[in-house]
Amino acid sequence: MSNEPVSLAERWAALARLTPARIGLGRSGASLPTGEVLRFGLAHAQARDAVHIPFRAGEVAASLAALAGETVEVESAAPSRDLYLRRPDLGRRLSSQGRTALAAHRGACDLAIVVADGLSSTAIHQNAAPFVAVLLPALQRQQLRLAPIVVASQGRVALGDEIGELLGARAVVMLIGERPGLSSPDSLGAYLTFAPRSGLSDAARNCISNIRPGGLSYEQAALKLSWLIGEAFRRSLTGVDLKDESDLALEAAARPELPPA
Amino acid sequence: MAYRVAVGRQTHVFADLREVMAKATPLRSGDMLAGIAAASMEESMAAKIALADLPLRSFLTEALVPYEQDEVTRLILDTHDATAFAPIAALTVGEFRDWLCSDQATSSVLARIAPGVTPEMAAAVSKIMRNQDLILVARKCQVVTRFRNTIGLPGTMAVRLQPNHPTDAAAGILASIVDGLLYGCGDAVIGINPASDSPGVIADLLRLLDELIHRFEIPTQACVLTHVTSALALIGQGAPVDLVFQSVAGTQKANESFGVSLALLQEGMAAGRSLGRGTVGDNVMYFETGQGSALSADAHHGVDQQTLEARAYAVARAYEPLLVNTVVGFIGPEYLYDGKQIIRAGLEDHFCGKLMGVPMGCDICYTNHAEADQDDMDTLLTLLGTAGVNFVMGVPGADDVMLNYQSTSFHDQLYVREVLGLKRAPEFEAWLRRMEITDAAGKLSAGRGGQALLAAVQGRAA
Repeated sequence: MSNEPVSLAERWAALARLTPARIGLGRSGASLPTGEVLRFGLAHAQARDAVHIPFRAGEVAASLAALAGETVEVESAAPSRDLYLRRPDLGRRLSSQGRTALAAHRGACDLAIVVADGLSSTAIHQNAAPFVAVLLPALQRQQLRLAPIVVASQGRVALGDEIGELLGARAVVMLIGERPGLSSPDSLGAYLTFAPRSGLSDAARNCISNIRPGGLSYEQAALKLSWLIGEAFRRSLTGVDLKDESDLALEAAARPELPPA
Repeated sequence: MAYRVAVGRQTHVFADLREVMAKATPLRSGDMLAGIAAASMEESMAAKIALADLPLRSFLTEALVPYEQDEVTRLILDTHDATAFAPIAALTVGEFRDWLCSDQATSSVLARIAPGVTPEMAAAVSKIMRNQDLILVARKCQVVTRFRNTIGLPGTMAVRLQPNHPTDAAAGILASIVDGLLYGCGDAVIGINPASDSPGVIADLLRLLDELIHRFEIPTQACVLTHVTSALALIGQGAPVDLVFQSVAGTQKANESFGVSLALLQEGMAAGRSLGRGTVGDNVMYFETGQGSALSADAHHGVDQQTLEARAYAVARAYEPLLVNTVVGFIGPEYLYDGKQIIRAGLEDHFCGKLMGVPMGCDICYTNHAEADQDDMDTLLTLLGTAGVNFVMGVPGADDVMLNYQSTSFHDQLYVREVLGLKRAPEFEAWLRRMEITDAAGKLSAGRGGQALLAAVQGRAA
C-alpha cells in the first residue's frame, strides 16, 4: 500500500466491498441518513411484493411448455395467500382437483420437475424458465425420462413429494421461491427427493439455495443439481446421507490426466 | 379436573389446566395452527377469569407436560425452591399479578422469589397482564451476569454484535465488526452465525475473534453459534471458545429435535468453564429460544407456545447463562402472524424470563413473509428498552445478509440509548472511552476514535 493519505470515505468504501452487509452507512445524530432509510424501505417493499404479488402460473407454464413440451397446472390445498402463510400444512397437500389432474398423467418416468411459487412468486417469474432452460440439456445427457413439468400454486417444498408420487416418478425436483431476504427477493431454491411420497421430512431431501443472477448462477446450480440427481439414482437415496461433493467431482473432471510414469 | 366459568347464560368449560392456559393466551397464529386457541374472544376472557382464580400451587401438582415423559418437567419440579416460593405460596394467579405490580414487590424481593417461580406460574400470570404490566414488573427484575464484563445492571443495555456473512469470509466479517464497534456495539457478545457447519471454518472464526479481542483488549466475549456438540469437540481441540451456544426449547422431545439433552448441556457448561476464559465471572452459556419451536418439532403436548417458551427458560436457568435470547419474530407468521403478535410475544418472553431470574435479551426481528415492518421493531425496541432488556442485537443496517431476516441495527441501539439514557456494560463503556470511540458522556465522538481498529481490518483485507 502507498503512504498516500486515504480519506475516511474511501476507507469505508473499501470495507463495504468486502461484504454485502449494510456497513459504513453514516449517521445523522443517532439516526440513519435519509438516503439509507429510503434504500432499506425500497428493499423491504420488494421483498414484501415478492411474497404477495399474485403468481402468474399460466405465464410460467407457457414459458416452460416452450422449453419442455407438456405442463400441468395444479393448486395446493391452501385457498388463499393468507391461509397459505398461516397454515403451512395446507401448502404441503394438493387440492382434490390437483390430484385428479395429476392422476391422468401417471406413467413410468425417472424425474418429475415441479415449479412452485413458494414464498416468492418473483423468484419464479424471473428465474424458473431461464434456469430450466439451462438444466434440461444436462438432464437429457443423463437420458432421464421426464414427467410433464408441474406448475403448482401456493406450494410448500413437501408438495413435491405428493406430486412425484402421483406421477409415478423415481425422484422429484422442486423449484420453489425461497423466503425473500432484504437483499435477495428473487432467490430460487431447488429440492431433490428420491422415491418421493407424502410424509417425508426435510432430512430426506437435498437442497441448493440462492439460485439467482446475483447469487448462485443458473449454470453452477444446474451442474450441482444434475450431479446430485446422478448420485441419487446411482445410490438410490437423497438427504442427509448424500453430501454435495459436486465441487470435487468437477475439479477432478477438470484436472488434466498425468502421463504414465 | 375441569374448570367452569359462567358468563351470563353461557358456561365455558375447560377440560384441564392445559386448556385453560392455551385459551387464556392472547391470540397467536401458532396456537391456532396447533388447534388449541380459544374459539371466541369471550371464551378467551372466560379462560383468563378461570386462570386468575387458580392458586399458584396448582402448577406444582398438575404438570402440563407429563412428569414421567419429560425431563424438563422433572427439572422444573425437582429443583423447585420451596423456601423462595414461600412468600407467594398462598396467592392465586390474579393475586400474584396484583402483588407483582405493587410496591411490595421490589427488585430485591423479586430476586429472592425468582427460584420459586416455575415457568408455568410466570406464563400464567403473564396471560392476565397487559403490556404495561409486563413492562412495569420486568423493569423491577434485575438479572446481572458476568464473563469479561457486567451485563444487566440497572440503566444499562448491552448489544450483541452480529457480523454474519453469507460465505463466512473473514475480511467481510471483520469489516462488519469494526463498523459495529465504532457504533459502540458488542458488549453482550460478538456472535457470528456461521453459514458453514464445518469445524475448520468455525475454528478459524473463533481464532479471528479471539485475536481481535486480545489485540485490542476489548472487555467482551466471542461466540460462533454452533451446536453444543461442535463446541465440545472444538474445546477438545484447543479452540478458543468463550461462550458455549445452544438453541433450547421447553420440552424434552423438542430438545431432542435440536439434538440436545439436559445432560449434554451440563457437559457443555462444564467444558466451557474448564477453560477459565472469563475475567470477571463464569457465566459461559449463551442460549437462544423462540415461541413456536416445540410445535414446529411436533413436540408441544397440546400446550400453548408461550408457556412452552417459558419452560425453555427453566432449561436455560439451570446452566447459569450469560445471555438468553428470545429470537422472537424469526420463526415466521404461522407462529406469530404480525407486528402485534410479535410485540406481545417479545414483552411476554422478556417478562417471564426476568421473573424467573434469567438474563433475557431479545432479537427484535421479523421475516419478510410476516405482516410486520421496521416500525413494529422500533415499537418493540422502545418498549423492551423501557422494560430493562439485558441486550438486543446489532446487525449492520438491520439486514442479516446470511440468515435473511431483519433485526435491530447499530443505529437502532443508538436511538434507544438516546431516548432512554441507557448505558453500556461499564467495562465496555470504559474501553470505548479509552479508544476515543465515545466521549465522556458516552456518545459517539466525532474524533479519531477507532482509527487503529480500522487500520487493523484494512491490513487484513489488503
